[in-house]
Amino acid sequence: MLNKLRSFFTEFANIHRFLLRFWRELVTPPYEFKEIIRQCFEIGWKSLPLISVTGFIVGFVFTKQSRPSLEEFGATSWLPSLISIAIVRALAPLVTALIASGKIGSQVGAELSSMNVTEQIDAMEVSGTNPFKFLIVSRIIATTISIPILTFYVAGIGLLGGYLSLASKDDLSFLSFFTQVFETIGYQDLWAMVFRAVVFGFTIGAVSCYCGYYSSKGTEGVGKAANAAVVASMFLVFIEEIIIVQILAIIN
Amino acid sequence: MEKAKTHIDYQDAVITLRGVSKSFGENHVLKNVDLDLYRGENLVVLGRSGTGKSVLIKLIAGLLKPDNGTIDVLGISVNDLRDHDLMKLRLKIGFSFQNSALYDSMTVRENLEFPLIRNKRNLTRTEINKEVEDVLEGVGLSQAINQMPSELSGGQRKRIGIARTLILRPDIMMYDEPTAGLDPITCLDINSLINEVQLRYKTSSIIITHDLACARSVGDRIVMLLDGKFERQGSFKEIFETNDARVKAFYDYNFIV
Repeated sequence: MLNKLRSFFTEFANIHRFLLRFWRELVTPPYEFKEIIRQCFEIGWKSLPLISVTGFIVGFVFTKQSRPSLEEFGATSWLPSLISIAIVRALAPLVTALIASGKIGSQVGAELSSMNVTEQIDAMEVSGTNPFKFLIVSRIIATTISIPILTFYVAGIGLLGGYLSLASKDDLSFLSFFTQVFETIGYQDLWAMVFRAVVFGFTIGAVSCYCGYYSSKGTEGVGKAANAAVVASMFLVFIEEIIIVQILAIIN
Repeated sequence: MEKAKTHIDYQDAVITLRGVSKSFGENHVLKNVDLDLYRGENLVVLGRSGTGKSVLIKLIAGLLKPDNGTIDVLGISVNDLRDHDLMKLRLKIGFSFQNSALYDSMTVRENLEFPLIRNKRNLTRTEINKEVEDVLEGVGLSQAINQMPSELSGGQRKRIGIARTLILRPDIMMYDEPTAGLDPITCLDINSLINEVQLRYKTSSIIITHDLACARSVGDRIVMLLDGKFERQGSFKEIFETNDARVKAFYDYNFIV
């Protein structure tokens, strides 16, 4: 019991040190712009196919499932408003974050961990490159930038899926659907979406990098790091979602 | 075959360790050790696996911190250095890892370019290409320039690992088990390469090994790490002129007496 408590506090201290170091390295030159752009491509651009399919399905299915309930009250004309609120306020940031936790978390966790196991991180350090700045800071910034962009993209694709689902039953034009969507959502919703996505992006990047960079040695360590990166980032995304929802409710 | 004599300046120590200790929990791997590496010298550190040989060179490169004692590299105390200055000092130290530690997502060319691009930012593309080709030619692997590390044999990976450290023209080289896991013929090639590096690049080197053939071929001086201390030092012959059972067992196993 005492050992477990000790390891819990040690882990807590390590995370604290890791985050402090991140902020320190972030503001001190040299800056790794080229690597950040490369990571944005790896993390953001290469996630597009998966994100596109998922976003479309979420919008399409959500609309299809919501329809019968509103039909009972003869309120199917409210569907565009309902879809837009659900997608922009909740589904787009959450779905993007969960997909990114799975894809990016496992990728970054396993990559950094195997670099650690094969001493590539030490090799980088002895050849005059700061591995924390090059590997960690660049990846965390890349996820913090990429995930909000992906979230906007998922929102767009999700709304498109919702429109196609609606248009398959009703005679609804593309223009009137999106007019209704933009009448419903306000700037506040968009800012809230960006805020959520930035928090989720930072969390996924930081958790994945922490798990990979400080993984235990050996091939088992690689598997454990990838697994921990996915599980911990998904868990934290849900916790943060609850907190953000409460905060936004108070502000509103 | 014992190594030919080389010019060593015994007045000029490039690395000095005094009273260095390092423990991992209850495991005391280095106990109050002193060591000097002289300019131009190839110093072999012999010892069994797990006795702290690799820890020793990681301490010198500043990858680990000693519990006690001082480590001076090229007249600079490693213990007191800030990260930025340590990074600068490391450019003068070449570190060849046991498993080569090549960046497996990069080609051989990119592996070699990486330290160069990041540390000598004013070089032109033509100069970078020339440096890469020169150093690859030096290790006899010009043809591997566009290959991925996964396509190379163990010996080739070692050579590329050494080439990557040489590209920054270090004053000091540290080889961690350079012949581990290689066949005897490739071991001979690596031993020759270590001697070639010493002559061509005028380096002072620490070679960590438990391979006595390697120690005899490349070492100007040999120290033996036993139970966390440097118990014996001298030439290959001097080291093994003893009745110490621990040392004799080492020799007997390596030469299957």
